[in-house]
Amino acid sequence: MESRFTRGKSPLLERALGRPRCEVSLSAFALLFSELVQYCQNRVYSVAELQAKLAQLGQQVGWKVLDPLAARERSGRRETKVLSALLLVKGPLWRALFGREADKLEQANDDARTFYVIEKEPLVNAFISVPRENSSLNCAAFTAGLVEAVLGASGFPAKVSAHWHKG
Amino acid sequence: MSRQAGRGTESKKMNSELFTLTYGALVTQLCKDYENDEDVNKQLDKMGYNIGVRLIEDFLARSNVGRCHDFRETADVISKIAFKMYLGITPSVTNWSPGGDEFSLILENNPLVDFVELPDNHSSLIYSNLLCGVLRGALEMVQMAVDVKFVQDTLKGDSVTEIRMKFIRRIEDNLPAGEE
Repeated sequence: MESRFTRGKSPLLERALGRPRCEVSLSAFALLFSELVQYCQNRVYSVAELQAKLAQLGQQVGWKVLDPLAARERSGRRETKVLSALLLVKGPLWRALFGREADKLEQANDDARTFYVIEKEPLVNAFISVPRENSSLNCAAFTAGLVEAVLGASGFPAKVSAHWHKG
Repeated sequence: MSRQAGRGTESKKMNSELFTLTYGALVTQLCKDYENDEDVNKQLDKMGYNIGVRLIEDFLARSNVGRCHDFRETADVISKIAFKMYLGITPSVTNWSPGGDEFSLILENNPLVDFVELPDNHSSLIYSNLLCGVLRGALEMVQMAVDVKFVQDTLKGDSVTEIRMKFIRRIEDNLPAGEE
């Protein structure tokens, strides 16, 4: 068995959850994220693959972020309805990650199962400039992967992707 | 002391959790992509170097700190201003070598390793090695060649995290050929 199951109580898991004790600067995150994007870029051959890799990394973050979020914001209770899960994403999740709520949550007109979380200035794209030949690249694919993991782990499997939205 | 007016992002802060988790996702991905810990360490150092080279410009623009006259001043600026600005922590500077060219930064808590545990099969992974690269890259851009390495790491069971920085030499500006 993996040692983490046989090792016994980890001191880390005994710690109280608490709020994060320090704040990092936006530039620290922006620089880290940009290096991450460049690392992925060197290992893929197309924009779609790059977005997929970013989404994968976002998923890893998403899986870790749901538990503390549920524990802090909902006293550990699960959301069991689609709309409340989405509102959890738009509100508390966005606030926990980015410091403010997402701008809008909308349902598509033509498909009752499609929703949009809309944000004017996503944090992850703050310092990313996209050259014209890669203009379909949206680094918010990272956030999309994150949301996909959060919804999936909440019991609402979904396909989440990032798109540019006009107005 | 006048600040440059109209400079957009005046030290915007954000919650450290996303930062910590993103770094964790990066290290996990590197561990998957590379076969052994040594390669991951090297890659983290390289990425840190790339970040450091850009970070120094951001730092100089936002902090209005002048040129440091000696290594001691550099140590103070790094611990009291730079670390505070970017990671929200203030490591302490200790263990100066007799010659004044080496010192240690002691970090009580490191936002990169919040809630992180090293599994047994990655015991030689230097998880926060990115920091070494950042310091090295940033100082190289201000004409200082330094050697940075972790001496103690809370992830490996030590009580604090200690980074040892050694001044190697001053990098002379090389003028382009033809300009003398």
